[in-house]
Amino acid sequence: MLDVTDLSVSYGAIRAVRSISFTLRKGELVSLLGANGAGKSSTIKCIAGALKASGGTITLEGKDITAASPEQVVRAGLATVPETRDVFPDLTVAENLMLGAYIHRRDQAGNRDNLEKLNTLFPRLAERSKQATGTLSGGEQQMLVIARALMARPRVLLLDEPSLGLAPAIVERIFEMIETLKKSGLTILLVEQNVNQALAVADRAFVMRLGAIVASGTAEEIRSTSDLSSHYLGG
Amino acid sequence: MAFAIQFVIDVLSLGGAYALMALGLVIIYGILRLVNFAYGELIMVAGYTMFLASGSGLPWIVMAVLAVGMAILFGIITDYAAFRPVRAKSVTAVLITSFAFSNLLQNAALLFISPRPRNVPLPDIFSQTVSIGGAITPVRNLITIAASLVLLAGVAFLMRRTTLGIAMRAAATNFTMARMLGVPANLIISSAFALSGFLAGVVGILWIGRIGTVVPGIGLEPLLVAFIATVIGGMRSLPGAVVGGFLLALIDTTLNYTLSQDLLKFRDAFTFSLVILILLWRPDGLIKGPASGQRT
Repeated sequence: MLDVTDLSVSYGAIRAVRSISFTLRKGELVSLLGANGAGKSSTIKCIAGALKASGGTITLEGKDITAASPEQVVRAGLATVPETRDVFPDLTVAENLMLGAYIHRRDQAGNRDNLEKLNTLFPRLAERSKQATGTLSGGEQQMLVIARALMARPRVLLLDEPSLGLAPAIVERIFEMIETLKKSGLTILLVEQNVNQALAVADRAFVMRLGAIVASGTAEEIRSTSDLSSHYLGG
Repeated sequence: MAFAIQFVIDVLSLGGAYALMALGLVIIYGILRLVNFAYGELIMVAGYTMFLASGSGLPWIVMAVLAVGMAILFGIITDYAAFRPVRAKSVTAVLITSFAFSNLLQNAALLFISPRPRNVPLPDIFSQTVSIGGAITPVRNLITIAASLVLLAGVAFLMRRTTLGIAMRAAATNFTMARMLGVPANLIISSAFALSGFLAGVVGILWIGRIGTVVPGIGLEPLLVAFIATVIGGMRSLPGAVVGGFLLALIDTTLNYTLSQDLLKFRDAFTFSLVILILLWRPDGLIKGPASGQRT
């Protein structure tokens, strides 16, 4: 589904991602783990087209999207939820969701169906549809950015730290929702610091450190064999 | 009473023109975080289109539509010539290219038309006056008020109710995120330039309607007015630009009425002093735009 080969990302002289390769198979949920500064978000942004790759290739369903712009990537079927939880604060919930469906804006009926499905998945958003999103709580904003990404009807979803800075009860709900999405057949790449919960929902996982992948395997393998705390704490 | 009516009409007609000018500038600034210094030249383009069309025998309204169309066209050309090639590379480069494009248009007018003022055809109604409650008012002031109300309502509708408008507002808060939802960057920017050109074209006709002639440097004052109005109102807020425009018109008109003949030539000094006071009180302008906002 999504193939990343020898991908490198640089900020000037600093190499944030050093020639990493991985594959997402259809319907799979893969977790990308690692400490702050390991290069996870740079990898996500680069796949999404918001950062230029300095080397390597990214292909989505056999199509090369390495040099694609962000708008081309989402049209190709890959939606991204960045870690910065970028709602458009002065637009309402409904307007944010409408923009999520921008690439399907001529298919009004399809968008209505999709919105109804999302409203059952996120009842809180339906209640607040006329409210400016700047006034939502952090958890509600996180649900909104995920729902907004789903309005693009992607086949692959990149989720960057959906649990960042949220209360444990809300994190729990976000992970339940991720499981629901996985069951619906969506292919998901989940970046997380919340290792235990990420491994609980993931099929496979890999660990990044200093821009390189240092461990990969099924979720159980990663949990049992690798010493995760050393990757996080730099031991 | 007559005095009060006259004062209100003066403020509203000047303010309407200022508000439209400011809106045209802030629409670009909101999205690109860059001031389009070639904005005043769009007004010049509208004026010279009217002048060049004056011999054609077309009805005035057709000439006016043509002038607005040329301003839109030159707005889009500004994007392609001055912004798009260097947009992603450096802010300084865009500042210089937009200045250069402004200079290029002005000098083209100097070279190919004339440095001297040229008459612009105006319908008779622009020079007529009416009496409202005892106040003698030029009809063009009422036309300006009506046109600005219609356009402000039109822009508000576009920005609030249409997908394109909402996408433009989203792009003004977080351009990269808007692109990650599939909103095409180039379409949004070109639309902003077209809208900016449209506003400049209409304002140009109303503005030149006050003077009756067009010169190559005619765009400087509207650019300055628009810039000050957006600074007062808040650089990133569309309602702010409108409020700033009306407030600046209120200040200018009040000074026009109250200053003695000797002091009137220093009017701009008084205006700017007040602007400084406003900025000391509200450094971000009267209305703060949406939070966040990396330049992209």
